[in-house]
Amino acid sequence: MSVDAMTVRRIAQLARIAVSEAEVPHLQGELNAILAFVEQLSEVNVEGVEPMTSVTPMEMKKRADVVNDGEIPDDIVRNAPATENHFFLVPKVVE
Amino acid sequence: MTDLTSLTIAEAREGLASKSFTARELTDAHLAAIEAARVLNAYVLETPGRAREMAKAADEQIGRGAGGPLAGIPLGIKDLFATRDIRTTACSKILGNFVPPYESTVTSQLWRDGAILLGKLNNDEFAMGSSNETSCFGPVVNPWRREGSNTHLVPGGSSGGSASAVAALLCMGATATDTGGSIRQPAAFTATVGVKPTYGRCSRWGIVAFASSLDQAGPIARTVRDSAILMRSMAGHDPKDTTSVDIGVPDYEAAIGKSVKGMKIGIPKEYRLDGMPAEIEKLWSEGAAWLKAAGAELVEVSLPHTKYALPAYYIVAPAEASSNLARYDGVRYGLRVPGRSIGEMYEDTRAEGFGDEVRRRVMIGTYVLSAGYYDAYYLRAQKVRTLIKKDFEDCFAKGVNAILTPATPSAAFGVGEKGGADPVEMYLNDIFTVTVNMAGLPGIAVPAGKDAQGLPLGLQLIGRAFDEETLFSLGEVIEQAAGRFTPPRWW
Repeated sequence: MSVDAMTVRRIAQLARIAVSEAEVPHLQGELNAILAFVEQLSEVNVEGVEPMTSVTPMEMKKRADVVNDGEIPDDIVRNAPATENHFFLVPKVVE
Repeated sequence: MTDLTSLTIAEAREGLASKSFTARELTDAHLAAIEAARVLNAYVLETPGRAREMAKAADEQIGRGAGGPLAGIPLGIKDLFATRDIRTTACSKILGNFVPPYESTVTSQLWRDGAILLGKLNNDEFAMGSSNETSCFGPVVNPWRREGSNTHLVPGGSSGGSASAVAALLCMGATATDTGGSIRQPAAFTATVGVKPTYGRCSRWGIVAFASSLDQAGPIARTVRDSAILMRSMAGHDPKDTTSVDIGVPDYEAAIGKSVKGMKIGIPKEYRLDGMPAEIEKLWSEGAAWLKAAGAELVEVSLPHTKYALPAYYIVAPAEASSNLARYDGVRYGLRVPGRSIGEMYEDTRAEGFGDEVRRRVMIGTYVLSAGYYDAYYLRAQKVRTLIKKDFEDCFAKGVNAILTPATPSAAFGVGEKGGADPVEMYLNDIFTVTVNMAGLPGIAVPAGKDAQGLPLGLQLIGRAFDEETLFSLGEVIEQAAGRFTPPRWW
């Protein structure tokens, strides 16, 4: 399988990465090189094979559903680019 | 005191205990070496203030006879590990000046045991790369050069800063991470020892995530023994990582020097690639001969799905990366490029913040997980992964204790030499190491010789899950036979 220019733009949009028109042909070439490489997998007979979900055979660990951390709003917002009163600021979302 | 940086961890531990020198002297010697080696670009942040504070505390503890197993040992930390109040960037512009208010579990265990932080080490951006050329801080230079040449070579990646710093005596050991070969490949390129532990052995908590089902932390050091010493402090169960395994951590150092007599060593025929350099082939047979001389039995084994590991990896790893890296949105931390709408802000922030290789992988990952392609790519790759793991299980079920392979298909190459036109050219570096991550097994890379140009080459040993001890015993045999390799100082 390979991707066309329109698909490259769609993937970029899904990945939320701005891609300029000028970059599309280059990206398309690189993505297709990778897709051509992984194409070999279609040779493998995977009938009846379970997909791997956990590399170590172990049961999913569960923690007690209790509050064991918190009251650290200064720490939480300390690295944010824009905050006010312990809230993260973003451009207006709802008109 | 000029020779303090060339000591091994084991030797320094003795010197500190016998008061031949202090942790402060050992730390100062390393800080001076780092300053004189900035051309290597191994450190992205030097922390001399923190280092001297920690050295002072270590000297007090040693004085009271209360020093931990790593008391006074100066280490470098890959910039993928969150270090409290010390900038952590994953060498990506998108993390900018992120200063974590918390400490990764692995590094907190090193400090608990008395180790000293010298600074943060360079790596490929988000650990995506095999040459340390994708870092936003620029490429790391390998202290090794071809004989008679001044060309700068790469140290491998993604833990290139760790490998380069350990080889150039800029720290006694370093933390690193390995998702497809990022500890073992740079170790092989720099004549250092790199250990990729079993998945679940070291906590991933507080390590910047790349591909969560494959990522594993481990040490890079100058000897097998030193790597075993570091492993003991790094490993262990952590309730904060649900994939961390709750089993005891053995005294890995006790495995050094243990007899390997009667052990069955598998030589996988699928690792004998067409066009493999004769030097690598020769190194491999030499390694096998050394193990045989130590009493091990060699058996040819088959791992039929080997060739599919790398293509399956380039679906699974980017898929997980695209999901993990969704968090970099310019809202909670790191870079923000302002936009008129929130969508524009996300897209411009991520375009500006991610480098080319990271963008490529996020896009491939997004594609293989997108509606209509999930079954053809991601699901199929996860099934192939099951088959790769089964290959190893079948082999170990026949009584094989460990598998011997070359660590890399070549020695270190020049900065800018590979992957410019086709990203896959760079990916092929991990052809011998990536199977181990796909199967969640432990692997060790040990220096074993040099090529015709005088560059180091390494061998890899692959072990059964949670049997790192056997790898340390076998790795020691190779180190004893091959000797140790130090780059001539030119910087």
